[in-house]
This record gives sequence, C-alpha cells and structure tokens, in this order.
Amino acid sequence: MSVATDNTHDVHEGRRRPATVLSLWKEYVAKLRGGDVGSLPAILGLVALVIGFSSARPETFTKAFNFGNLIQQSAGVTIIAMGLVFVLLLGEIDLAAGYTAGTSAAVMCVLAVEHDWPIGLAILACLATGALIGTCIGLIVSRLGVPSFVVTLAAFLGLQGVMLTLIGEKGSIDSGEFVAKLNAETIAVWLGVIVAAALVVIYAVATFLGNRRRRRHGLTSQPTLLWALKSGFLAVLVGLIVYYLSIERSPNAHIKSIKGVPIALLILIGLALVLSFLLGRTKWGSHVYAVGGNAEAARRAGINVPMIQLSCFMLNSTVAAIGGIMLASYSGGVNNVTGGQTTLLYAVGAAVIGGTSLFGGKGRIVDALIGGTVVAVIANGMGLMNQPDRTKYIVTGLVLLVAASVDAISRRRAAASGRV
Amino acid sequence: MSSGEPLLELRGVHKSFGAVHVLQGVDLTVRPGRVTALVGDNGAGKSTLIKGIAGIHPFDEGDYAFEGGPVHVKGPRDASALGIEVVYQDLALCDNLDVVHNMFLGRELTKSGLVDEDTMESRARETLDGLSVRTLQSVRTHVAALSGGQRQTVAIARAVLWNSKLVILDEPTAALGVAQTEQVLKLVRRLADRGLGVVLISHNLNEVFQVADDIAVLYLGQMVGQVDAATTTRERVITAITTGHVNEGDAA
Repeated sequence: MSVATDNTHDVHEGRRRPATVLSLWKEYVAKLRGGDVGSLPAILGLVALVIGFSSARPETFTKAFNFGNLIQQSAGVTIIAMGLVFVLLLGEIDLAAGYTAGTSAAVMCVLAVEHDWPIGLAILACLATGALIGTCIGLIVSRLGVPSFVVTLAAFLGLQGVMLTLIGEKGSIDSGEFVAKLNAETIAVWLGVIVAAALVVIYAVATFLGNRRRRRHGLTSQPTLLWALKSGFLAVLVGLIVYYLSIERSPNAHIKSIKGVPIALLILIGLALVLSFLLGRTKWGSHVYAVGGNAEAARRAGINVPMIQLSCFMLNSTVAAIGGIMLASYSGGVNNVTGGQTTLLYAVGAAVIGGTSLFGGKGRIVDALIGGTVVAVIANGMGLMNQPDRTKYIVTGLVLLVAASVDAISRRRAAASGRV
Repeated sequence: MSSGEPLLELRGVHKSFGAVHVLQGVDLTVRPGRVTALVGDNGAGKSTLIKGIAGIHPFDEGDYAFEGGPVHVKGPRDASALGIEVVYQDLALCDNLDVVHNMFLGRELTKSGLVDEDTMESRARETLDGLSVRTLQSVRTHVAALSGGQRQTVAIARAVLWNSKLVILDEPTAALGVAQTEQVLKLVRRLADRGLGVVLISHNLNEVFQVADDIAVLYLGQMVGQVDAATTTRERVITAITTGHVNEGDAA
C-alpha cells in the first residue's frame, strides 16, 4: 500500500526532464479535469461573444471606435469588481459597492464644482469617503459579527439616500473638466506603444530571471517553454490591443482626432498591477487567502482575522470610490442613478464570471478584468444589435447564472479530485 | 533511558470549568527524546490537559516548569515562545493554500516587506527532508490535493519547523488508513529521535506500545500513574484506564 505514495520523491520540478508542448498540454488538461478551471470559461465565453457579435454587426462592433468605447464604458464597473475580489476572497459580499462609488463620486463633485476645492483634494476626499464607508461596514461585520449580506444591504439603501441628498434638487452635479477627461481622453500613440512594450519586457525579464534563480536553488520553477509561451502570448495580446487602439477611430478625424490608448485603460491596468501585487506578494495578501480558506486555522495560527476582514472591506470601498470617479467621468457628472441600476450586479457578475469563487479563498484581480470585459462585451454588443434593455438584462443574468454554476460545479469536482 | 532533565514538568495542576472540576491535581513529566503517550477514556481530561499546556485554557493552579524553570503560560503565544507546538485533531490547514504557505501560516517570512517565497520553500523542503518525508510530490501542491496522511505530515512538519522543543499530537492517526498510520507513527518516532519531547494522545494501545517510551494514564481528572512502556503490559494499562487503579499484583 505504501508503494502508491512512496514513488515520488525527487520531483523538485526544476530537475525534471524538459517540458514539451505536449506534456504542458497534458498537465493543463489534467488540471482542468480536476476542476481547476480558473478563467478558462470566461475566456472561451469572451471569444464566442466576440465572434458572434462580429459576424452579426461587422460594420459597428469590430470598429476601432467601438473597441475604445467599450473600454471606457466598462472601466467603472471593472474597477468596482476588482475591489470586490478582496471581499469575495473572504467569502463575504458587498452589496453597497455601487452606491459607495456613487456617493464618493458625489462628494468629489460637490466639493470640486460647488465649493471650488482643488481637484486633487476633491479626489482625495472621494477616496477618503470610500475608505470611511468601508471602515464602517468592516467594523460592523468583523466586531459585531453581523453578516456582510445584511450590513451591506442596509448600506445599499442608506448610501443611496446619502447620494441623493448630496446631489440635491437638481438631479445631477457636473464632474468638472479634469475628471471628465479621465475617462474620455487618450494618451499619445507613441506613449502607448512605449508603455505596452515596457510592460511586456518587464514581465518577460522578471519571470525569466525569477525562474533561473529558483532553478539554481533547486526550487520549483516554471518550465522555460511555458515561460516562452506565456510571454509570447502576452506580447501578441498587448501588441494587438495597442495596435487596434492606435488606429484613427474618430468618425470625423478632421474635427477631432481620437487615437491612442485610453487613459481609462492605463488606470485599469495600473490599478490591477498594484492590487495583484498586494494580494500576491505581501504577508497581508497571504493572510487574506488564509482567512478565506479556513478562518479558524488562520486564527489559531495567530492571524488577526477581524483586522484582515476590516482591511479588505476598507480596500474594497476605496477601490469602489475610484470606480465612482470613472463612472462620474464617463457620464460627465453624478446623477441620481450613478452607481445604481445594474452597476453592482455587473460588478459582482464580472468578478464571478472571471473565476472568483463566491465561497471564498479563490480568486485573482485579473479575474475581475476578464469578467468585466465579458460583461462589457455583452452590454455593448446587445446595444449595437438594437436589443432593448430587457433582452440585455436577461442575457447578462443568464451568463451570471452560468458562471456561478461553473464555480459551484468546479468546486464539487475539485472536492472529488482534491484540488481547489 | 529515563535519564536527562525533564523538559516539561507539571505538578498538581487543577482546572475547572464552572462547577466541573476537570483536572484534579495532575502531575506529568515529559523528557526530551522520548514519546510520552497520554491515554485515558473519554472525559478523563486529556484535551483539557494539553489545552492547559498550550495556554489555550491556562491551568487554575499548580506548578508548570519548562526546561527546569517555572514558567507562566497564560496564552497560546506564551507556549509557542517556549517552543511548544500543538497539532490538533482537525489539523487547522488551509485547503486553498500550498504546503509551503500552510507550514508558514501566520508566520510568513519576509524580505524587504515582501513574502520571501524562495526561503520559505527551501526551509519547508529542508524540514520535510529532515523528517525523511518522501510522500509529498511537490511542496507547491495545494493541501486540498493531499491525502489524510500527507495532511497530517504537513501539520506535524509545521510544528517542528520553528525549532520547537515539545510537540503535542492530538490523536494524529484517528482518521488514517493502515499504511498512512504507519507512516505517521514513524514520523512521530523520528521527532523524538531528533531530541524533541513528544506528547501523543491516542486511544489505540497498539500504537501506544509501538512508539511510546512513557505512558501516562489519566482517569477522571487524576493521573493514575506514569510508567515506562518497556516495563508494563497492555492489560495493566487497560486496567488503569478503566478502573483508575494500577493493579500491582497482576503479573503478566
């Protein structure tokens, strides 16, 4: 009986025979079979949606103009989704994230436009509002032990009222010039190319050096072939996106030229990098996964579980406030539906569709980016097909249902095969 | 064999929960390099005793000496600072993390503020190799993918990673199959052979006689006696567990 478990000692991955495309493929398939599907369903869905909409509306959907537009439309929701990942990792939920975004943005607009605060201070006040909301929710959840579902449901209603009070009788407040540009302007074409090239090169070099160092020390490392495939894929993907965004996409180029990478995309990528770093490289990030995986084990290991909960809610709401800035920027101000309607459901949907588990312990920031893109493509494509909102909602609802089911099914498979 | 200064010495410890007097003046001696089995029927006070040692429910009264000197253990942190680690029955592992992160759970190493994955991985590997653990394919495997015996191994390796001096194991083989039980018991023996003090709680007397050097029998909150495993028999231990008396005349 012990033979079955005794045959596998010297498998420090670095010392294995070199990987081939076939062996990598087999490993990957085994991982999928074990229920560890990651973002694959979302990526496949995205490809299917893009092909579908491209063949149905080739004259509009595939246009570079629409691609730039898509990014700007989705920026706010995707950013809110990135913040939600922290809360979802703990197995909690924040139903108030949408109105946290709206309320924070309203604070910013009131201060900047009606009280003539410098825009930098107004933006800081916006972030502080988000942090304050997160602190309140986090304290009630972690110290009083009220379920986050109920606390944030209350905040969902309450904040909506606060936001309407801030906006006042007029029904909307202007966002001011600077904020309006954030989610409308683009950076110069050459700058976009440089940033993109720098990102790809830094990724490739850093992972290559890291792998070499780990192999020298006899630690687990990625096969060189896998590194090459990943770096190559990233280079092609980033190259295509930047190329497509560098085409002149203004319908009237002689009046106003639109080309280059949107500022919104830079903010999205920058924020995703910072948050991924926090989650993946810091002690705090490790503790977030530990609490999400087994809170009792984390507590016994000396991790301050209430503190981790509080900090995740604070970060989530602060990131939601950034999302609020992008929402306000896109619509040129805050009105009585900013952060309301489908914002929250799309954001939760984005995180879950991307592969973040509602059961806690599993998820990445990039999931929110991928899922956010899926949600945005559905909304954008259905709009171009002149489908009414009712159809759009039904389709998005079905996609969310499928994503949550994939999550639950893959958990069952994972439990059966022993992977998480 | 019983030479050497005791590592842990409890004298007359008491513990009550409300009106229930669970431990009534218990003595216990644990020597380094020896496995001390703690046996007793359900409700005898085994768990309360180890929770007292670990500082989770500190003793109400009694002397607690560690490495020859009196110490005050008022919380789990006091115990781990002394080098006392407990492996609980439910193991307290995070399924979604890999072996390395579980071994360093809550005590991740950092280098300039960032998690030092490289050092953590090599130290985890060293500790497992030092315990001659050959059953883990990769230290980067998620714990969810491990068998019961492998999980137990990870939990025990975590306990020795921190240069601990006393490792307390609460029924480590309760949920394991035959082969895995054998592996875990060998591991327990190796801990003692490395000079650590080991306290093993078990209901299985075959196991106890296989690995233990000393056997301490608890009966309804009192220590019936602590004997050298080589000089006693199963029958005597069973009598002590069930009746609370050491039957001296019962020659084997």
